[in-house]
Amino acid sequence: MSDLLKTTNLNLSFGSIVVADNIDFSLKEGERLAVIGQNGAGKTTFINICTGLIRPDSGNIYFADEDITKKSARAIVKMGMVRSFQLPQVYSEHTVRECIELSLAARDNKTSLFKSLSSCVDQKEVYEVLTSIQLLDRSDVLAGSLPEGHKKLLDIAMALVLRPRLLIMDEPTSGVSSQEKHEIMRILMGVLDKYKVTSIFVEHDIDIVSQYATRVAAWISGAIAADGAPDMVLNDPVIQEQVLGQSFSRTEPNMNTVKLVKGVS
Amino acid sequence: MKGIIATIILLTGSVVTAFLLPHLKTPIILALSYGLAALGISVLMRAGQVSFGHAMYVCLAAYSVAFIAKAYPGIDGLVLIVCGVAISTIAGAIIGIFVSKYREIFFGMLNLAISMVLFAVIGKYYNITGGSDGMMISRPSFIGFELERDGFETLLLITTTVSILLVTYFIERFFNSPAGKFLCAIKTNETRLEYIGVSARFVFWKGYVISSSLCGLAGAIFALVQGLVTPEMGYWLKSGELVFISLLGGVAHSFGAIIGAMAFEFLKMYAAILMTDYWHMILGSTLILIIYFAPGGISGWLKNKKYI
Ligand SMILES: Nc1ncnc2c1ncn2[C@@H]1O[C@H](COP(=O)(O)OP(=O)(O)O)[C@@H](O)[C@H]1O
Ligand SMILES: [Mg+2]
Repeated sequence: MSDLLKTTNLNLSFGSIVVADNIDFSLKEGERLAVIGQNGAGKTTFINICTGLIRPDSGNIYFADEDITKKSARAIVKMGMVRSFQLPQVYSEHTVRECIELSLAARDNKTSLFKSLSSCVDQKEVYEVLTSIQLLDRSDVLAGSLPEGHKKLLDIAMALVLRPRLLIMDEPTSGVSSQEKHEIMRILMGVLDKYKVTSIFVEHDIDIVSQYATRVAAWISGAIAADGAPDMVLNDPVIQEQVLGQSFSRTEPNMNTVKLVKGVS
Repeated sequence: MKGIIATIILLTGSVVTAFLLPHLKTPIILALSYGLAALGISVLMRAGQVSFGHAMYVCLAAYSVAFIAKAYPGIDGLVLIVCGVAISTIAGAIIGIFVSKYREIFFGMLNLAISMVLFAVIGKYYNITGGSDGMMISRPSFIGFELERDGFETLLLITTTVSILLVTYFIERFFNSPAGKFLCAIKTNETRLEYIGVSARFVFWKGYVISSSLCGLAGAIFALVQGLVTPEMGYWLKSGELVFISLLGGVAHSFGAIIGAMAFEFLKMYAAILMTDYWHMILGSTLILIIYFAPGGISGWLKNKKYI
């Protein structure tokens, strides 16, 4: 089976910091990859490069065998690769329901200027999505007023309802208490299985990684230091020392979401 | 729905006042047409953007009306309005291709710059445009009726009132539609919009075109009421007034722009009569009070209180 996502010789530096160091990576359909690595290792940057938010200095990215290196974020989304963000990106002045409805409208190319949004989308589907992320009772509050964990779920749902082939989630469980983490992952993985979506998720919690990933890739200083079955990577002495060592399983503060146009806060 | 009712009440009040106090008929039509232009500004404000040049579309439509009236004597007033709106819409669609790429201060200033070019061009080509003296428009027939000034104004008042009702209805529908809600999302998260596969620029372009046609409608009506168009209509101060009205009225409902325009025009008129030297101060103080006590403007305040 050919690769769904592939990068070849990906390089990127911010000034003197190398954030992508000759990354050769590939992902097959059906995989569930956990990305681990300490703060500043370049995980978010890798996602940003793959999804067209920032351009690499050199190297290429392929999605479903098509070169997407120079494609816009929007074009990549249309091809079936979507993402959620480390710092959740929702429309803070729209209600939770509207956030979901807008994704559905975008997916089905509903751009009416006259018909109401709620009548343009399948309300049964809206109901199902809101139920599955357990936000049905909060569907009429403004997305901006949700607690962080709920925002994260909403952000992911806004991406997932696009029915992608690949969903990349940047720290879906950070900012969430540890009991809730498993609950969130269980819900998410259920939905991903149901729609047969391949996924990548950045995660700091070792339990979550070993429980839900089919493969683990460990990032150190912009390079993939280990990549393979969870058992193998998590037991690798280098990884244990340099990645799982001190600060593993601690939630990292957010400092970097590159602005596409503006509006990311 | 309540907002539409509030609009109907306001319009009815305006029409009744115009009949009871005939000397207020012209100012009322002018104020209402200003409301339409401010509504154009409000559309962009819902996307979090402010244009400091939208009086150019008012001016452009007004001059289109003057030129066409001159070139085709005997043409009907309603046709002139349609032409004015069409021309400013087309201009908005073209200029929009360019400015839809920019946001915030760049967007605001770019519009201002383009409006200043238009202003300068009108002033410079004296032979064609009449320069700063402007152009007179002789009173056309309206919907087939040849009327005296008073009857003409009454028909214009009715036309304006009906236009506002229709526009309010359509704009409110628009802001409930996918396109309208996408437009509002530009204010909060353009990145997310791109990441669900929507072109923020195209979304914004549509809003821009709508705003330019509303300003065009205002300009065409304005030109007919006044019977005179001048470059001043497109001066940046006028654009600023539109922004002022939009802030005063608030963007919570289209009703805001209309009541904002009425409040502004009459405040200005009476302040200028009663306190000739201080009226700028009164306008300024009003804006400060609004921003401080009711940042959502009149319509925001009414919406908070659940009146609309
Ligand atoms: N836009 C940027 N400009 C400059 N440096 C950046 C930018 N984005 C990220 N960085 C730096 O690149 C490094 C990798 O960041 P990131 O990919 O966010 O790491 P991770 O997600 O693994 O924590 C960090 O040192 C970060 O400070
Ligand atoms: Mg990160």
